[in-house]
Amino acid sequence: MDRAQVDSRIRSLIEPFNRKMLEIGDETTFAGDLEFDSLTVMDFVAAIEDEFDIIISMNQQAEIETFGQLVDAVCKLQAG
Amino acid sequence: MSEGISQPDAPLAADRTAPAGDLFSKFDPLIKQREELLANGVEDPFSLVMEKVLSPTRAICNGRDTILLGTYNYMGMTFDPDVIEAGKKALDEFGSGTTGSRVLNGTYQGHKACEDALREFYAMEHAMVFSTGYQANLGIISTIAGKGDYIVLDIDSHASIWDGCALGNAEVVPFRHNDIDAMDKRLGRIPEGAGKLVVLEGVYSMLGDIAPLKEMIAVAKKHGAMVLVDEAHSMGFIGPNGRGVAEDQGCLDEVDFVIGTFSKSVGTVGGFCVSNHPKFEIMRLVCRPYVFTASLPPSVVATAATSIRKLMHGSNKRAHLWENSKRLHGGLRELGFTLGTDSPQSAIVAVIMPDLQRGAAMWEALLHEGLYVNLARPPATPANMTLLRCSLCAEHSSEEVETILGMFTRAGKATGII
Ligand SMILES: Cc1ncc(COP(=O)(O)O)c(C=O)c1O
Repeated sequence: MDRAQVDSRIRSLIEPFNRKMLEIGDETTFAGDLEFDSLTVMDFVAAIEDEFDIIISMNQQAEIETFGQLVDAVCKLQAG
Repeated sequence: MSEGISQPDAPLAADRTAPAGDLFSKFDPLIKQREELLANGVEDPFSLVMEKVLSPTRAICNGRDTILLGTYNYMGMTFDPDVIEAGKKALDEFGSGTTGSRVLNGTYQGHKACEDALREFYAMEHAMVFSTGYQANLGIISTIAGKGDYIVLDIDSHASIWDGCALGNAEVVPFRHNDIDAMDKRLGRIPEGAGKLVVLEGVYSMLGDIAPLKEMIAVAKKHGAMVLVDEAHSMGFIGPNGRGVAEDQGCLDEVDFVIGTFSKSVGTVGGFCVSNHPKFEIMRLVCRPYVFTASLPPSVVATAATSIRKLMHGSNKRAHLWENSKRLHGGLRELGFTLGTDSPQSAIVAVIMPDLQRGAAMWEALLHEGLYVNLARPPATPANMTLLRCSLCAEHSSEEVETILGMFTRAGKATGII
């Protein structure tokens, strides 16, 4: 799956969690812009993990702040 | 009574203008929240002082004779005459403290006797006593799961478990509370060959619910994971011999490491890990929170060992504590309170409050009635709930439980919660 496909899948997965209906770009941050709390993060990460059949450990999550970084990370995890 | 409770020593003053670069600026939102709460005139829920402790179930709190329903003194061992006697004797014979690490000059005969008592209590090969339960989790988890290993744990795990993860170098993968399927999926995705540790609790102390350990451990074992279960809130009470939820569900043999504490049913302070792992003793050399801290004072291990041995024969007390838990749970439900569990599952009954304001008001109304419960609030609570956590003691009489229900009725009506 190329980056554009990963991007669009994650974009649809994020919808139920995007309570403020923000326009999402690569620079959108989860904690700041989307105001995700720890439970929301867990549910959102679980949805991505199930969709792509990968693990994103909390150690890896700590490096991911923006939507763009998440798409990159998922691309990489899929390849690996 | 550690989680979710902050206990500042001095009044907070947030309004003084902070100099640039003040490292305390990050606490401003919390300071503000606290001030707003106190501005409403409620008694500070987090600076209660017990001036006198009359028994495991009664104390003078802020000048009032109070029934204690928010301690973890489940089995009421704190004033047991044999326990007290053992502590006094050790204090006389071995002094007030060891002034040393367990691996240097800090292992006395009493520490060994305490570990013997634990081995017998759990019928396990190895027992290691730490200075607190917090340190037991910190030490064991951070030491056994190293770089490249995976820790799979319940999202509602106790702070000491999370801190154990943070102290080590393993990959940390949480799953939704008690969700067997979510745990199974995550274990299944771990790369081939990586070490796996599953961390669970017997009783989750915020809502007082138990884990389906039998099913969860079977799944963990299917994936070749080792299993650690924290039985802090079940020891002494749950299971035919008080060994905890794993014993109760018939799967204790499958548990690789049991973590526990002396600060609850045992009635003193300290923590431990018991295990049948053949190489377990090496932990004493490699586990930093065990090595680099002073060992427990002789009086503490003497009270712990005596208490643990008495808990082996505590089946009558266990039965009475179950009665208390069932009556309080059923009674509160009948009164119309919303509870954390549909059925009584442990000695903890959590009453869910509509919000922090009303929770604090209810807490205060109960205190004025002469009842102490635990106020737990976000972020220590699941789903950001405000909870009044009631923990029962085997020494609460049946009459006391009725008195408690009366207090809840009046306080609940006065604050408009029921
Ligand atoms: C589940 C759990 N584990 C560990 C601990 C820590 O125990 P201790 O009070 O001995 O540090 C506690 C108690 O706060 C707990 O609730």
